[in-house]
Amino acid sequence: MKITFPHMGNTYIALKVVFEELGVEVIVPPKCNKNTLELGTLYSPELMCIPFKITVGNYLESIKKGADTMFMWGGRDVCRIGYYNTLQRDILENLGHDIKMLCVKPMKSIREIEHFLEKLNFVSGTKNYLKILKSFIQGLKTLCRIDEFDDLVIKIRAREINKGEVDRLYSNFKRDINNGKGYRRTMEIIGQYKKKLLNLEIDNNKEVLRVGIVGEIYTVLEPFINHYLIERLGNMGVEVHRSVTSSEFIREQLDFIPFIKSNKHDIHRASEPYLDTEIGGHARHTVGNTVIYSEKNFDGVIHLLPFTCMPEIVAQSILTVIEKEKDIPILKLVLDEMTGETGYLTRIEAFLDLLISRREKKSYEKSISWS
Amino acid sequence: MDIKVGIPRALLYYEYYPLWISFFKELGAEVIVSQKTNKEILYNGIINTVDEACIPVKIFHGHVMDLKDRVDYLFIPRIKSVFMNEYICPKFSGLPEMIKYSIKNLPRVIDTEINFFESKEHLNDTIYRIGKYISNDYGFIMSAYDKAHLEYKLHRKNIEQEKAPFVNEIKILGKTKANIGRKRRIMVMGHSYNTYDSYLNINLLDKIKSNKAEILTPEMIEERYTIDYAKKFDGDIYWTFARKLIGTALYLIDTRSVDGIIYISTFGCGIDSVVGDLVEKLIRRNSSIPFSLITLDEHSGEAGINTRIEAFIDMIRWRDVLEDNISAHG
Repeated sequence: MKITFPHMGNTYIALKVVFEELGVEVIVPPKCNKNTLELGTLYSPELMCIPFKITVGNYLESIKKGADTMFMWGGRDVCRIGYYNTLQRDILENLGHDIKMLCVKPMKSIREIEHFLEKLNFVSGTKNYLKILKSFIQGLKTLCRIDEFDDLVIKIRAREINKGEVDRLYSNFKRDINNGKGYRRTMEIIGQYKKKLLNLEIDNNKEVLRVGIVGEIYTVLEPFINHYLIERLGNMGVEVHRSVTSSEFIREQLDFIPFIKSNKHDIHRASEPYLDTEIGGHARHTVGNTVIYSEKNFDGVIHLLPFTCMPEIVAQSILTVIEKEKDIPILKLVLDEMTGETGYLTRIEAFLDLLISRREKKSYEKSISWS
Repeated sequence: MDIKVGIPRALLYYEYYPLWISFFKELGAEVIVSQKTNKEILYNGIINTVDEACIPVKIFHGHVMDLKDRVDYLFIPRIKSVFMNEYICPKFSGLPEMIKYSIKNLPRVIDTEINFFESKEHLNDTIYRIGKYISNDYGFIMSAYDKAHLEYKLHRKNIEQEKAPFVNEIKILGKTKANIGRKRRIMVMGHSYNTYDSYLNINLLDKIKSNKAEILTPEMIEERYTIDYAKKFDGDIYWTFARKLIGTALYLIDTRSVDGIIYISTFGCGIDSVVGDLVEKLIRRNSSIPFSLITLDEHSGEAGINTRIEAFIDMIRWRDVLEDNISAHG
């Protein structure tokens, strides 16, 4: 059995660790690229959202590399994520591929975690639940460490003195991670690069803009689809904060276990005046996090959503009101299979210009006020 | 003076209007339903909704604009789930918010949550919470609901009986004279708010009728059939719309009770992007029933749709003459 899974930012590192620890052969799909998108778009329903199309592309590229088992997130959500596996299995089988689809459901109770472990049991072929549980926990730890590392990268990139250093380091990091195998080695690499990162020269007094990124999780985390937004903003000297990450997502699922903490309740509290119920996807998070960003005095918020994403459309109509009430500029970027970057870049640059002049204006107002 | 309750003539109104209207009437309120969709409503909807929303949601906004100055209450329930283990659509769950934050100067909104995902146990509670806006008497509200529910059931029965499809009838007829002059039966599939809103679908139903064909809609098939057939589908179905439409498609494939299928979808509809595709694949793979997909949006050019419908029905007619429909097994 050769197992594969779709890309979503750096989530693949944790999944790779889990399967490697279980002793299964893992095929990591090639990094999302234009070919992935084209393949995916070709075989997907026309009006489907973009994450679906790219995942189909990921699978097809993995199959070419020899994969025969697909690992996918599923379950009943209000939005269409739960239909992904049915449609994708159908598309792949119709193309003549003999594959197996392993679909994981959300892990909101002990019973559902058991289901998940059973799936891993099937994959690994061992009956040793201790080993399965161990690799599951190792996967979770990796996920958290990777996200911590990424947050650090974002912080340092905005303040680096020698331009391009962080990006170079990061690409080396990616290379080592892809060549490394297993939990221990992965953790070693992360630790090693964390040290290197902290040794970089940074300008601590630099005034950086702080921009929060909200929206649908896939568009926030997958750099290919958001046109490397986080990297670009960092290189423009902006400190970005990602409101949704995969480790936070898993923590939210698992936070019924006593020692796991998540920000879920803060977010729900913040979104309550505007939206006090779950309507699928990440709509509630989008609303809540925007409010939190305004409370934390961020300079602006960028809202990312795939074209036709149902929950985010609801969130978007609420954000227009929050923008006025909380006085925080919001830029909405709708992402689809169009790969023309220039339009997006122009809008982002204009948005940043606006944030800078807004900040100047505010500090000016402060300095001349008599009160 | 009676309390005026406004019900927008959009979205699930088309599914539940006998229930909603008679419930509020029984409670003693005056029920005002917005006008049929027209140019002004569509325009108001488009300018008051976020750009990315689908056209039925935009039209809903237009209907709210039409009503909001004439009523005391607007009935915009948060409909999450009407069937166990099934959802409706994220936009329906967030509809009260979309309206509240897009349109100003609204009257009071009845935005009670309707959620039977886990069970229907709290049905009475939900009814009471809706009725409480008008009356405080629990028994009175319940009896109003019972009456309204009877009315709704009668309405459903009427629709189903109007055109109960005849199993296998078409297959047997084959290339006979009687068959060639026969009225064709076309299934118009899609969400009820697309098939029954004649302004949105540019009078599609009448156009098909004027081409000497009769119409079947998913509502005309008894619900127990669609539920049973949907169970045969290989995959997890958790949207009520999906269950209904996939069940209908499987039913049609099995019974061969129609000559053609037209699926009406709207641009940007998340549900149709999944269900439309599944239905089309099911029909094309497992049957020879002609299938056509019509996607609607804000455009109102009629000629394109006319041409497609005429061509579709012509094609069905030619089939009987030009193609050999007689089974090879005798």
